[in-house]
Amino acid sequence: MEFRIFGDPVLFHLGPIPITETMVTSTLVTIALSGAAVWSARTVKSQPLSAMAIVASLLVESFDNLVAEVAGHPHRLVANLSGSLFLFIACCNIAGQLPGVHPATGSLATTSALAVVVFFSVPIAGIYANGLGGYLKHYFQPNPLLMPLHLISEISRTLALAVRLFGNIMSGHLLVALLVALAGFLVPTPIMALDLLIGLLQAYIFAILSTVYIGAAISAGKE
Amino acid sequence: MNDQTIIAIVAMSAAAITMALGAIGAALGESRIGAAAMDALARQPDEASSITRTLFVSLAMVESTSIFCLVIALILLFANPFVSATGV
Repeated sequence: MEFRIFGDPVLFHLGPIPITETMVTSTLVTIALSGAAVWSARTVKSQPLSAMAIVASLLVESFDNLVAEVAGHPHRLVANLSGSLFLFIACCNIAGQLPGVHPATGSLATTSALAVVVFFSVPIAGIYANGLGGYLKHYFQPNPLLMPLHLISEISRTLALAVRLFGNIMSGHLLVALLVALAGFLVPTPIMALDLLIGLLQAYIFAILSTVYIGAAISAGKE
Repeated sequence: MNDQTIIAIVAMSAAAITMALGAIGAALGESRIGAAAMDALARQPDEASSITRTLFVSLAMVESTSIFCLVIALILLFANPFVSATGV
């Protein structure tokens, strides 16, 4: 009986680089998602009225609408980023329900990497939209004394993004593992169903929060 | 009772207290958010999608505090820096 919380077992070494289970899982999810994306893009072009094409168009359109509502105006790149974040996190969480698979988002390394992507896209989007001066001005906005607080809030919300996703997914997986160890047959099933819901919800929240942060940076200099 | 035993007892009690207080705070906050969202939905059913989105985001923000407590409790239990590797 083994519960994994912070560790990440090394499967094999590729030269000097240790390949862990999380890396394998997330790579497989990435490959599957890219394949599905290419396939659905082809389907949209060749048969625009098939079920696959309609689902793909609905997904893209819902993300465009979401970004337009949350960030104030439609933005193709932000919609791409948040849509990719949502799909990757949701697929990682759902893949964790397969027997023997540990969810890639249940490792602090994956969630930190995703949060760092958001951390760096916020100033990039802000500078792209407002220029360097316009973006940096919002750090000193109400009062220059508050500049350290702005910096701390940017770092702490990145940390919160990473730890929130990690904690939710890891605790859900741990709960199922504990229940399987206690009573194996059919007892963990409702908790696994709850895990599916929580996985989708956390993916949605990660995508929405990153959209909110990026949208705030884009509209920072426009007030 | 050697040092390792005392550390283990204190760590377990601290983990239990951390989790209990964290759960109480998040539960109170989330219930208030839920009640406020019900109220808003009853007043303005047209704004359901916007209210639901804000509801989920704020629930997640509040719940993250209790998730931090959970992570701290798990660190205390399974990755405690003061417990020697051979001890527990």
